[in-house]
Amino acid sequence: MTITARPDDPATAGDPRIRDGHLVPEVIRADFPILATTTSTGKPLVYLDSAATSQKPLAVIEAMDEYYREYNANVHRGIYEIGERATAGYERARASVARFLNAPDAHEIVFTRNATEAINLVAYSWGRRNIERGDAIVLTEMEHHANLVPWQLLAQERDGDLEFIPITDDGVLRLDVFEVLLRLKPKLVAFAHVSNTLGTINPAAEMTRMAHEAGALVLVDGAQAVPHVPVDIAAIDADFYVFSGHKMLAPTGSGALWARRELLEAMPPFLAGGEMIREVHLRRSEWNDIPWKFEAGTPDIAAAIGLGAAADYLGELGMGRVREHERELLDYALPAIAAAHPDLALYGPMDTAIRGGVIPFNLPGVHPHDVAQVLDRSGVAVRAGHHCTMPLHERLDLPATVRASFNVYTTRADIDALIAGIAEVKRVFGV
Amino acid sequence: MDDLYRDYILEHYRRPHNFGVLEHANASHEGANPLCGDRITLQLRLSDGKIAGVGFTGRGCAISQASASLLTDEIKGKPVVDAAAMTSQDVLDLLGIEISPARLKCALLSLDTLQQALAEAAQPAAASAAGPLPAAEGQTA
Repeated sequence: MTITARPDDPATAGDPRIRDGHLVPEVIRADFPILATTTSTGKPLVYLDSAATSQKPLAVIEAMDEYYREYNANVHRGIYEIGERATAGYERARASVARFLNAPDAHEIVFTRNATEAINLVAYSWGRRNIERGDAIVLTEMEHHANLVPWQLLAQERDGDLEFIPITDDGVLRLDVFEVLLRLKPKLVAFAHVSNTLGTINPAAEMTRMAHEAGALVLVDGAQAVPHVPVDIAAIDADFYVFSGHKMLAPTGSGALWARRELLEAMPPFLAGGEMIREVHLRRSEWNDIPWKFEAGTPDIAAAIGLGAAADYLGELGMGRVREHERELLDYALPAIAAAHPDLALYGPMDTAIRGGVIPFNLPGVHPHDVAQVLDRSGVAVRAGHHCTMPLHERLDLPATVRASFNVYTTRADIDALIAGIAEVKRVFGV
Repeated sequence: MDDLYRDYILEHYRRPHNFGVLEHANASHEGANPLCGDRITLQLRLSDGKIAGVGFTGRGCAISQASASLLTDEIKGKPVVDAAAMTSQDVLDLLGIEISPARLKCALLSLDTLQQALAEAAQPAAASAAGPLPAAEGQTA
């Protein structure tokens, strides 16, 4: 699978963040105020935990700041200037997200708090109407808990069955087994577009086509894909696509569910209250149109505006270029780390054509928490633990891993700092 | 540079005291921090109201393993009531290092496991339904 810049990636003349079609992370960093800070020990912050949450550019911070300073008002209510401006800003953000993901219709974008809430929305609203006793839901062994536990609850409640596409030892889905599982005629197939732990980029469009041929609906968890690879919702052609804003340079509390219009229209509401209704009588109500039917209560307006700004920001950089940047960084990092530290165990696919900017590893003899703690002394922020994928760690027989992960602002210097930091871990622990 | 990874902490991590399966144990508990993957199985031999023998197995970070090594040294030969009365602060004092909030669970896994083992030994018939030990009242974290 090759991913190149999309033809609609904007022209870049005069943008110093892009040189010869490539991102210049050293310039991009200037957009992120936090990256100019130092730790309490005076070390520059080397942030390699973007898979947990990304840092935020000024464009996002300022868009939210502007809302609060200049036009803070509730949406879809105020018959006054700032109220109308707030509504317009909120709906413009929805259009930005739809454009960014090439969603056919902005009204198919439902704002949620994050990918987790979006998956729960589908599990409760669609799932409880459509999953019945003995119905199969096919997931994978590499799912984040967010795309596992809601289906466990649903299967328990509706007496459904969960099946799992296994992975190879280097973290690639076994599509041959998927093919067999599809003979169970599952109602739903749900999988991560990109693995948060191993970085594996799954063939979302191909898997969707296979599932559709077997009569299943498809939910794609794009939490780790939307920030890192070009996502074309129309081309993937799934039925549900979910993601979180905070991993794609937007604030926490922002995220979205995309779903086909006819599905959203048929699904009952998830949360009930204001905003999601058209008419309310004492004993019955009529629902609002989509997407507002699924946006009960006052939403996080500032977060949605921030999400729209993040989509516009990433759109300017061009997601094809973002993907190329991260792949080039992986092509630099994986051999460099292996050469400097041959004793390190590296996990995930070594073919960077199917891998996003995630590097899980272990240093034999040192627990991941201790690795992360000593790296922190060097100003290097990484994640240690199970990264909300306990079944995947069980499958790989690992209690925990250390994970370094990238974003648009990650540089080779960050990788070099990680490599030097690991040398320091070895010195402290004498391994 | 390291306040946390002092030589004696690393020494207890590399060569933990009382590590291994205890013969003739009559109390035990397996404690875990699922978030970090720390795991400790603590075994005790209780006799005449004293901790006559103690051993532990498991794997985890330096802090959790050093804490188990130091704590098992501390309680060996002690009256059970004294061991049961040990507090979080006692264990932090044994470690003698500054523990950040994020690592507190690692540092206190051994104490938590000890308290569970003693609670189960005190109420073998109702182990699963056992309420908190009186000793737990002294806990600060």
